[in-house]
Amino acid sequence: MATVSYQQATRFYPGADAPAVDGLDIDIADGEFLVLVGPSGCGKSTSLRMLAGLEDVDEGTIRIGDRDVTGLAPGKRDVAMVFQSYALYPHMSVAENMGFALEMAKVPKDERIRRVREAARILDLESYLDRKPKALSGGQRQRVAMGRAIVREPQAFLMDEPLSNLDAKLRVSTRSQIAELQRRLGVTTVYVTHDQVEAMTMGDRVAVLKDGVLQQCDTPLGLYRRPANAFVAGFIGSPAMNIREFTVTDGHARIGELDVPLSRATHTQLAREDSDRVLLGFRPESVELVGPTEGYPVAVRLVEELGADTYLYGSVIGAAELNGPDIVARIAVDHTPSIGDTVHLRVRPGQEHAFSPVTGVRLE
Amino acid sequence: MSTATRRTRRVRPGSVVTGLLAWVVALVMFFPVLWMFVTGFKQESQAATDPPTWLFTPTLEQFRAILGRDFVPYLLNSLMASVGSTALVIVLATPAAYALSLAPVGRWKDSLFFFISTRMMPPVAIILPLYLMANNLGLLDNITMLSLIYTVMNLPIAVWMIRSFLLELPKEVLEAARVDGAAFGAEIRRIILPMIAPGLAATGLICFIFAWNEFFFAVSLTSTNAPTVPVFLTGFVTSEGLFLARLSAAATMAALPVILAGWVAQKWLVRGLSLGAVK
Repeated sequence: MATVSYQQATRFYPGADAPAVDGLDIDIADGEFLVLVGPSGCGKSTSLRMLAGLEDVDEGTIRIGDRDVTGLAPGKRDVAMVFQSYALYPHMSVAENMGFALEMAKVPKDERIRRVREAARILDLESYLDRKPKALSGGQRQRVAMGRAIVREPQAFLMDEPLSNLDAKLRVSTRSQIAELQRRLGVTTVYVTHDQVEAMTMGDRVAVLKDGVLQQCDTPLGLYRRPANAFVAGFIGSPAMNIREFTVTDGHARIGELDVPLSRATHTQLAREDSDRVLLGFRPESVELVGPTEGYPVAVRLVEELGADTYLYGSVIGAAELNGPDIVARIAVDHTPSIGDTVHLRVRPGQEHAFSPVTGVRLE
Repeated sequence: MSTATRRTRRVRPGSVVTGLLAWVVALVMFFPVLWMFVTGFKQESQAATDPPTWLFTPTLEQFRAILGRDFVPYLLNSLMASVGSTALVIVLATPAAYALSLAPVGRWKDSLFFFISTRMMPPVAIILPLYLMANNLGLLDNITMLSLIYTVMNLPIAVWMIRSFLLELPKEVLEAARVDGAAFGAEIRRIILPMIAPGLAATGLICFIFAWNEFFFAVSLTSTNAPTVPVFLTGFVTSEGLFLARLSAAATMAALPVILAGWVAQKWLVRGLSLGAVK
């Protein structure tokens, strides 16, 4: 077990204009579960593969513990990887698959068998040890891939979307199993996913990437409560945060008939950027239903009843700034309006997020 | 059994027609082979009748006569040339294919097309230089020479085939092996070779068949020491007329090893030819 750190790690793909990963700086503590998340093409898989040694590091360094592994071959880094396709060796039995790395490391046979047995016991694979991968179900294959990583007792686990080939139900149960297993083994883990629910539920910390650049690295709640910029705000949370651009007059954002006061700090920062616009965002759950004299009138276009929650999609009447995509609001189940109704909504004070319209950076 | 499977399937008339057509085509294609096989068991007089004889007492006379005419040396020559060249082809083509797919060398595309272009060359165009080279090397009428020529002849196809099998290997499996600490040699021996084994078998079989059937080089470069089975077969096509029954028996015997090889490789072959279709 060890710490992992990216120091200004950069990867250029030949022929590409922009780096796939640009000056990545992350320090991962010993035993920590770090999730790399972002939309496709954001560089999260490339970052992981750089750590595995499957991708060159063009600039910067990567360290595992106190070793500089930047130029080291994958096999010499003492990391175990779980691939999206599981990448099991099709011609080997489950036991051979799990023991292969140990065999390569010249671990004595008795020891090898013992460790494979132990991993099989943990993963409930004992009765499948002699089977070939093609005779296993998707979930079992996934567990073999996990087992192949566990037996090695490596310095770090690297997981590249290991759940994306499972069906929805199995994904949820495997998700918690992996998280639990990782805590029990205490092995430093870097986990790549595009699924923000996985990111939020599994990680000690989550690193959000976009276009090869790290946007924010924080605890799941930290990301949720204080997104560092408009991209993170829109990416984390489902349904996504409502974000719109407004005109600022006299320290207030003008929205329809109402003024929303901006904090002094926000105002100062906007003034520094010489901007008379501001990005304001609020989460669907920061909205509440109010009486007809308060808040904004919203024409309801769509209602999604999920049982525990009801989501309401609609447009604000009389506020040109809020035209465009619908506003999404989560409301109590017992107050569900009908499509076509007009309801009055208000954002709970202090729950709006302000971002610079120029840089997208969070304004306090 | 579920009710769904017990229920009679409605047969569409279209599928009946295509099914019948397929049978007719298959039988038409297969009939000459069957006729050759049957004729081999006839007397020469029965083989030459018009209309053809359908009912006759089978005899092994023709087969006996062929073995009496020293068929075995031809068979051994053919086996040596085919098996030897095929083995050499696989040994040489596998690393070449690797260097043209998984770890591509510079200008690999040009190399690849150069290889296949050699296959476009008509054999007649190179027979004279080949003859002279063999003569100068003292390898005329020598099975080693023939094996080498068959190796060169089959290499391009083998490189192309094995390359396609290598390209179909899931990249992540090779990466997993690398992360698992497999060095280059171990990756080749423990991961790549076992995974493309069916493909190698398919390639080997095709090379074997090509070498086995090759006639032009064999007839041009051998005479008494190293002639192969196809050369032996032509011995029955004489100016005095055809010995149809004997020729048929000889052809049947010549075809046997190929059929045998195909049958042995069958399991592998199907997997090899559909490699990559299975995930």
